Amino acid sequence: MADVTLVEAVNMALAHEMAANEDVVVLGEDIATNGGVFRATVGLKDRFGFKRVMDTPLAENLIAGTAVGMATQGLRPVAEFQFMGFIYAGMEQIISHAARMRNRTRGRLSCPVVFRAPFGGGIHAPEHHSESTEALFAHIPGLRVVIPSSPKRAYGLLLASIRNNDPVVFLEPKRLYRAVTQSVEDDGEALPLDTCFTLREGSDVTLISWGASIAETLEAADALAEQGVSAEVIDVATISPLDRETLLCSVAKTGRCVIVHEACRNVGVGAEIAASIAEAAFLDLQAPVVRVTGYDTIMPYARNEMAYLPQVADIVEAVEQVIAL
Amino acid sequence: MKDRYAFHVDSIAYLDESGDALGDLPEWSDDRDTILDAYRHMVLTRTFDNKTIALQRTGQCGTYPSVLGHETIGTAIGQTLAKDDVLVPYYRDHAAQLLRGVTLTEMLLYWGGDERGSAYAHCPEDLPVAVPISTQCCHAVGVGASFRIRDQKRAVLCSLGDGATSKGDFLESVNLAGAWHLPVVFIVTNNQWAISTPRHLQTGAETIAQKAISGGLPGIICDGNDYFAVRHALMHALERARTGKGGSVIEAVTYRLGDHTTADDATRYRPAEELKQAWEREGVKRLQSWLHHQGLWDSDREQALQVSCRNQVDKAVEAYLATGPQPPTAMFDHLFETLPAALAGQYERLQRREVKHG
Repeated sequence: MADVTLVEAVNMALAHEMAANEDVVVLGEDIATNGGVFRATVGLKDRFGFKRVMDTPLAENLIAGTAVGMATQGLRPVAEFQFMGFIYAGMEQIISHAARMRNRTRGRLSCPVVFRAPFGGGIHAPEHHSESTEALFAHIPGLRVVIPSSPKRAYGLLLASIRNNDPVVFLEPKRLYRAVTQSVEDDGEALPLDTCFTLREGSDVTLISWGASIAETLEAADALAEQGVSAEVIDVATISPLDRETLLCSVAKTGRCVIVHEACRNVGVGAEIAASIAEAAFLDLQAPVVRVTGYDTIMPYARNEMAYLPQVADIVEAVEQVIAL
Repeated sequence: MKDRYAFHVDSIAYLDESGDALGDLPEWSDDRDTILDAYRHMVLTRTFDNKTIALQRTGQCGTYPSVLGHETIGTAIGQTLAKDDVLVPYYRDHAAQLLRGVTLTEMLLYWGGDERGSAYAHCPEDLPVAVPISTQCCHAVGVGASFRIRDQKRAVLCSLGDGATSKGDFLESVNLAGAWHLPVVFIVTNNQWAISTPRHLQTGAETIAQKAISGGLPGIICDGNDYFAVRHALMHALERARTGKGGSVIEAVTYRLGDHTTADDATRYRPAEELKQAWEREGVKRLQSWLHHQGLWDSDREQALQVSCRNQVDKAVEAYLATGPQPPTAMFDHLFETLPAALAGQYERLQRREVKHG
């Protein structure tokens, strides 16, 4: 068992599955010899060769569409987009083809592609490199949107995503790429998709988050514990399809809920979660559901990005607000 | 200044407008049975086309793109592809798709608004029709890449229209086919019109075929109303692809004799005289004339063929009209391999709900 970072865990999962299944191939910009700009694919070309580890021309639409074509032949492509800010050129392929191939052929063809992209802010990257637009994909029927928030979950959820017979948009919180290490066994054990992970049990309030904000959310839970507030922390992990059951059960228990996400608020995934709670657990609530999110603005450039991202204090304050009611 | 790179684009034609040979025909033209089959298939396609337009006009089929003027290209594609090649079609490839094994009934189901129309019982690896223009080009290079990864000696035929060559999907895919040396043949049906936009507004390039050169592929033009020219260009290109010599682009020049779809009215933008002249060049009549000149065809045979095509189409229409809609819950059946728990509630709600089919 090795102590690895989140990005190393991604690499471990890719290598594991490529060794286990020769239908697994990876493609993207600068991923072969260079090993990817974040080094997520480092060493794969040497181990598996250029045929299965493919540097593509610089064309994101092409990367997405080529992966769709490969998948119709039974390959399981893992396509890397260098940053989420560049995935948009590929969205027509992801939305109009990957998400629909199984449905429109009545199961004759399918699209077991994983579309990987690093996302989110906090690493002082240039313009277009820091947004969190996961809600765009969560809105699309036929897609899974999976977001790990620890090395272990990156390993287990990526394995599950590659093995899944449908398309997965796998978004990697790059602020967490090298933030922590965790001991991860390369045992090929996948984690379940479509399931939230309860990271910490509590009885006074449910804190719901995913991706990089999990770090601040856990920290806030620690701070709240010192104040005598017991917070349950849930990592949604698969934001679509959404495991409402786990969220509702937790809210039924705590009666209070704060949703934390880095993406802007308007029509975000937090809104879907809040609406689901209002529809199905309204009578369990002792206070309104509160969201702590990015602002409905263009993500500021590096100098001001920390002002945009939800901070521990914001989460603590929101909890204090709902506890007071 | 030195010449760094020069390119040329060849064009091929074997028949003149009246169906007379311009010179020697290719050797394979000795295979008269295949040529007769081609003619019969063109007539079947045209019969299907007329019938489907009539179904749409009488509210029995949805919006439908006529294939009038494209029968020659599609028939040549269908005849030239090997069974284990893959066809990546656009939405006006009825003639090719029928020869690949898509049934008339499946085609009617698709245009009639039923997903089962793309389930293709007989050509399981062919892609379904791509409606978003040009997007299929990327799938074609993906299929081609999978052949390369697995060392399979197979080719991919990607079909598209002239409008589609303006999109990045085509240019990016041609570029990748060149960079990765993929066995992908792009055939562009240049029918002069993308809905109401004429060819000269689509690109300033002298030919569409020359767009191949920018990606490192050869490009060739053929007369798209000349069965011998289209088939010969395809044979050569597909053989190159299967034998590891790489992809290519064929520009097949024809004319869209119908409206863009049944929802379009081409008289709003297209000169009547241009259409009239195009009818003089069309491919089905041209091949029929050639067959006549060879003594291989006569009016009796023509009459018998017309009757048999009508019967075949009528049977398919009957089967289509007798096929009821899928149950409403079918919208969930192939959304994912297995229905996620998150959707179970919606599925059950739909199951309980009565649906009026309008």
